[in-house]
Amino acid sequence: MSEELGFTLDGRRIPFQDGQTVMAAALAAGVYIPHLCFNPDFAPHGSCRVCLVKVNGRFQASCTTPAASGLTVQSETEELRNIRRGILQMLFVEGNHVCPACEKSGACQLQAVAYYVGMLNPHFSHFYPRRPVDASHAEAVIDFNRCILCELCVRASRDVDGKNIFAVQGRGIQAHLVVNTPSGKLGATHFSIHDKAAQVCPTGAILTKHQGYNVPIGQRLYDRKPINVVGDVAQLPESKGGRRHD
Amino acid sequence: MAEPESHALTEIVRDIVQRHSGMPTRLLQILRDVQDHLTWLSPEAINEVAQELSISPNKVHSVAEFYSFLYTVPRGCYDILFSDNITDRMLGNRELLHYLCDRLGVGIGEMRTDGTVTVGVTSCTGMCDQGPAALVNGYTLTRLNKPRLNRIAELVESRTPLEQWPQEFFEVSSNIRRADILLGRHFADGAALRAVLKRGPEAILEEMIKSGLRGQGGAGFKLAAKWMSCRNAPGEVKYVVCNADEGEPGTFKDRVLMQDFADLVFEGMTLCGRVIGAHHGFVYLRGEYRYLLDSLKATLQRRRDAGLLGTGILGEPTFSFDIDIHLGAGAYVCGEESALIESLEGKHGVPRIRPPFPTTHGYLNKPTVVNNVETFATAAKIAVEGGNWFASRGTAESKGTKLLSLSGDCERPGIYEYPFGVTVRRVLEDCGARDAQGIQMAGPAGHMISAREFDRRICFEDLATGGSFMVFDQSRDILDGIRNFTHFFVHESCGFCTPCRVGTSLMRDLVIKVHTGHGTPYDLEEMRKLGRIMQVACHCGLGQTAPNPVLDSLDQFPEAYQRRLRATTFEPAFDLNAALEDARQLTGRSDAGAYLNEEDLMLGAMP
Repeated sequence: MSEELGFTLDGRRIPFQDGQTVMAAALAAGVYIPHLCFNPDFAPHGSCRVCLVKVNGRFQASCTTPAASGLTVQSETEELRNIRRGILQMLFVEGNHVCPACEKSGACQLQAVAYYVGMLNPHFSHFYPRRPVDASHAEAVIDFNRCILCELCVRASRDVDGKNIFAVQGRGIQAHLVVNTPSGKLGATHFSIHDKAAQVCPTGAILTKHQGYNVPIGQRLYDRKPINVVGDVAQLPESKGGRRHD
Repeated sequence: MAEPESHALTEIVRDIVQRHSGMPTRLLQILRDVQDHLTWLSPEAINEVAQELSISPNKVHSVAEFYSFLYTVPRGCYDILFSDNITDRMLGNRELLHYLCDRLGVGIGEMRTDGTVTVGVTSCTGMCDQGPAALVNGYTLTRLNKPRLNRIAELVESRTPLEQWPQEFFEVSSNIRRADILLGRHFADGAALRAVLKRGPEAILEEMIKSGLRGQGGAGFKLAAKWMSCRNAPGEVKYVVCNADEGEPGTFKDRVLMQDFADLVFEGMTLCGRVIGAHHGFVYLRGEYRYLLDSLKATLQRRRDAGLLGTGILGEPTFSFDIDIHLGAGAYVCGEESALIESLEGKHGVPRIRPPFPTTHGYLNKPTVVNNVETFATAAKIAVEGGNWFASRGTAESKGTKLLSLSGDCERPGIYEYPFGVTVRRVLEDCGARDAQGIQMAGPAGHMISAREFDRRICFEDLATGGSFMVFDQSRDILDGIRNFTHFFVHESCGFCTPCRVGTSLMRDLVIKVHTGHGTPYDLEEMRKLGRIMQVACHCGLGQTAPNPVLDSLDQFPEAYQRRLRATTFEPAFDLNAALEDARQLTGRSDAGAYLNEEDLMLGAMP
């Protein structure tokens, strides 16, 4: 038997292959590290910072840190849980996230991760930005209020769908998602609900029309089991309460 | 300015794009030139640029929206931006800003309806020793005062071209107050290049190792290790990049080097090219130093003519190296080396994920050395004088000397070169700062120290610095400075990662809350918690250091906060009475019953 590469995560040995990140190796070993901008179908982005871990005593995003033999990684500590909760709270006050009034509630990765890290209130002062909703498309609606700038739709549309429909513009707190048309409207694009970009949003920013509340609140994916048990909604087939249609 | 006809616009854009060889990597330079013609980047202009470069209009738009000095809304023919660093504020820039706005009849940040002028503010323009400063259409104005602004208002009203404005308005002094081995000794142009030709790259690297030279931008990475890593990186094509994006507020030593010692900097870059095997270099010059562009280009040409640049340097056919200057457009984050490289490639300046590092995957993913202006200048000297000569000064871990940019409350602001290890107290004595209560070291991203710590030493072992040194005397309110710094970071965050994008705004709001007398001890604790998250969780150094001024001053100047706190343990972040204003207007009420009294507010404030 050849010697297997491995590192330690919260005391548990995690095998990895050359080129894998800490996140990828942990997921492959069935160990959950909370994340939002990371999706195994795409190159790591490293922007949401929710997957922060301590690697040999240094804070790093696990999705962008190459796995290496002998690393000691901490993830489920009180310290990291507090930091992650703070980051989630920042995302919640930056946009307008009204879970009780959102169609995604119960099948929303953002909400599920917030519960996972023990977030029970937004803590910080709300920014209450004014962001219009774009319902110009026949099949989908974009609610920019719920966008967390993970750029998964940007990447999916550009790299998988080959349509390059989305982009992020503006600097700092002005950064915002835009639709690549002169009018800025989704209805003027070739966007389809069968696009990869329609399946990857970790929040309720991109919603499919005409199927609201097909599954009642209370019976949805994360109403039944927490995200560390069932995984990301974007990675699960529709038959299991997910969004993926292969 | 009249909108050009569409075919004229096409011609203008085509001309500019052709001048830049149609290269998408020149996008930022192209947009700067287009804006120079049109005063702003209209959707039509953006579309033309996109079409000429065969890239999507939204990509062009993303770049245009990222940089402060590029405008996607109309601006006046005269675009005046007051430098708004705390040192400008100490010199009274806010009063002057309002004065000029009143004279011209224009609101801050707004274009006058006749399209003549826009007056706004911008981050530190690096003229802290000769402020209050401003930029007009990108060109530096120094030593502003009311008589000068009166004259400027007249020149604007009469639409006098900038070339006909009095030259003294644009005068930038070097103010070198103390010179040591870098600024003080004569350097014969070409000496470092002769040295590398005579002794070979390995011997020069050996001298760099002996010298112990570390990056002078502030991070302090060993120069020899960086050059060697790039030299050994696989690949035929390599690049040398000089980071002249001196954006840290209060820093202006690279400006003086580029103004008075450009040959030395270019020589250091050319030397690096020979050592690592690169034939092309870039200077990334911050947009605020645009006034230097023509003279730097002339210096480059003079060096080509003298055989110190171009092909066959010093008659050696295998020694080819040339340098392009790339002008930034107002983005502090581009001082981070990977963001700088993104910007050089014509993109918006978001820091890359590292590893890989630029020495193996830099400009266009090729091995690249990025060093600070001062570092290249120093390397050129070491190549001539030897590593031991340099290492004989300084401390064990910080060899040689450091340029400091002194500003704020001192009699002799300017550039001071000291051997590493000099105490803060010595610097304060030399510059005539008699009554200092605190120093902001290394800019807002650095550290604030109080008089208790003036015996600390400036070196990597103790107080590391890129060179900024801002003095606050006893008459100053430290919180004014802190508030200014938190605004700076909100403005300069690139917006990529959550804790910086959101955290900088949250921190600013907490500081304002305390500064305006609404804070409680709870808010101070909040600042610490938020600062801790930002320090450890942000994607790059900008966000990781952004809370430093707040965290330091909480420790060093607790009284600056304490004396403003309210007695209660909790105060809401919003003003309850103000929040009712909409309701009062809708119902048309202005009677006493429509306002909350003290008792109501106390109840409302109960946790």
